[in-house]
Amino acid sequence: MGKYWSFFKMRLMACLQYRAAALAGMSTQLVWGGMEVLLYRAFWLEHPERFPMGMEALSSYIWLQQAFLALFMLWDWDYDILRSVKEGTVAYELLRPTDLYGMWMAKAAGTRLARASLRMFPVLLVGSLLPAPYGLRLQIPPETFGLFLLSMVLMVLVVCAYNLLVYGLTFYVTDPNGIMVLSVAAADLLGGAIVPLPFLPDGFRQFAELTPFASMQNVPLRIFNGNITLPEIPGVMGLQVFWIVTLILAGYLLTRNGLRRAVILGG
Amino acid sequence: MKLYLKFLSIHVRSAMTYRASFFLSCLGHLLITTNVFLSVVFLLDRFGSVGGYTLPQLSLCYAVILAGTSLAECFARGIDAFGRILSEAQFDRIMLRPRPLLFQVLCQDMKPTMFARVLQAAVMLVWAIGSGAVVWTPVKAIVLALMILCGAGVFFGVYLVNACVTFFTLEHIEALNIFMDGPREYGKYPFGIYGKPVLLVLTFLVPLALVQHWPLQYLFDRGPAWYGLLPIVSLVFLIPCGLLWRLGVRHYRSTGS
Repeated sequence: MGKYWSFFKMRLMACLQYRAAALAGMSTQLVWGGMEVLLYRAFWLEHPERFPMGMEALSSYIWLQQAFLALFMLWDWDYDILRSVKEGTVAYELLRPTDLYGMWMAKAAGTRLARASLRMFPVLLVGSLLPAPYGLRLQIPPETFGLFLLSMVLMVLVVCAYNLLVYGLTFYVTDPNGIMVLSVAAADLLGGAIVPLPFLPDGFRQFAELTPFASMQNVPLRIFNGNITLPEIPGVMGLQVFWIVTLILAGYLLTRNGLRRAVILGG
Repeated sequence: MKLYLKFLSIHVRSAMTYRASFFLSCLGHLLITTNVFLSVVFLLDRFGSVGGYTLPQLSLCYAVILAGTSLAECFARGIDAFGRILSEAQFDRIMLRPRPLLFQVLCQDMKPTMFARVLQAAVMLVWAIGSGAVVWTPVKAIVLALMILCGAGVFFGVYLVNACVTFFTLEHIEALNIFMDGPREYGKYPFGIYGKPVLLVLTFLVPLALVQHWPLQYLFDRGPAWYGLLPIVSLVFLIPCGLLWRLGVRHYRSTGS
């Protein structure tokens, strides 16, 4: 376990160096969050009765989403890993006395945590300074706060496990771009990135909620804004655990078999 | 012009060498914009209308923006690679050649995959036109064409400003992506939806509302006819962009050895 902890820490330290990039990303997120809030405001002013949640709950969702974007943006692939599989340098990693999948997982989680911790505070601050109902408000009942934090951890695991599944598939296909493009598009639509899931039409929403993508940002953000209430939490978090187990198992087996049949060329 | 077509055919041919990957990235571009449009469909399904606009009207609005950005990206995103051209000192080589600088930079890279989005915009336009969002007259058709063409012009100006900034910073500024990718995302609704301050910025600072929000008012019979001429006015934006480019070129010191 200690080895993987070191990989995690190494990645964390390395990513914390990129402060300028974080600053730029942060300002982008502030503007995007603002535009998003303004957009829904237009709908809310016109048809408040058709809103599936309060405007304040939605604003909290949007600002939290912008603040923690780095934790769940699926398009944040680790191109070093993808390249290492494609070019065969992954062979070097096999010389280490660590499990490849475990090391990848530690790196992926470390990168996401570092990026998020650099970017989140200013967004959270600006979001909470905005006037109601357009700002970020702590609406979560105290008894669910612990569960919110737990669901954040589960979310990061789902996202990383999904990333790793795609890396594992790279052993079998020559160009993983197609899978990556499709995953990102599906996650945008089914995971509540473009439109929060409660705004989707009935039928489609129920389908989306079962997919692994809905076990990502959708769960913690909606627990935080009070849209998922205490009685519903065991169900959605159970689904998160289910997807973590399934995705990790699938990714682990794919990677192991991929390594077994991989033939590395070169001297 | 002949030279430009030559460059275009080179880029198309080089993209077609990896056919599968060409179509995959077309598909990728399409999925992103389809998702954006689906979000409009879903919200309108729930709310019926927003700001007095109906779904066919909004799809006309998005088609205009999509066509404008895709055309600009298709032919002018070569400017995107400008940071690399500068940092690898390729600009020195470009300056030695007896052709206009900007022309050469544009020819360095083109994105034929963006044609897919132009096609998508065309499909949406046809649907919106057929669904009776607008009572068409010949003048309105001309205004629509102006909106798309001038839209591409304004986006080109935005890319140009972005490139000019790299003259001074020598690296790409990520924050400017707000003005590069943002309008495509938020142009799905007429900019007036976002409130007065946003509309003012996009009218007078970066005149994107002049090719989208204001002429749309005319097309939907919600504003006077002279709004239809505003797309032409938006091209004034290209003057400061051009001046900035000249300033940048004068400021340029090679990074190469």
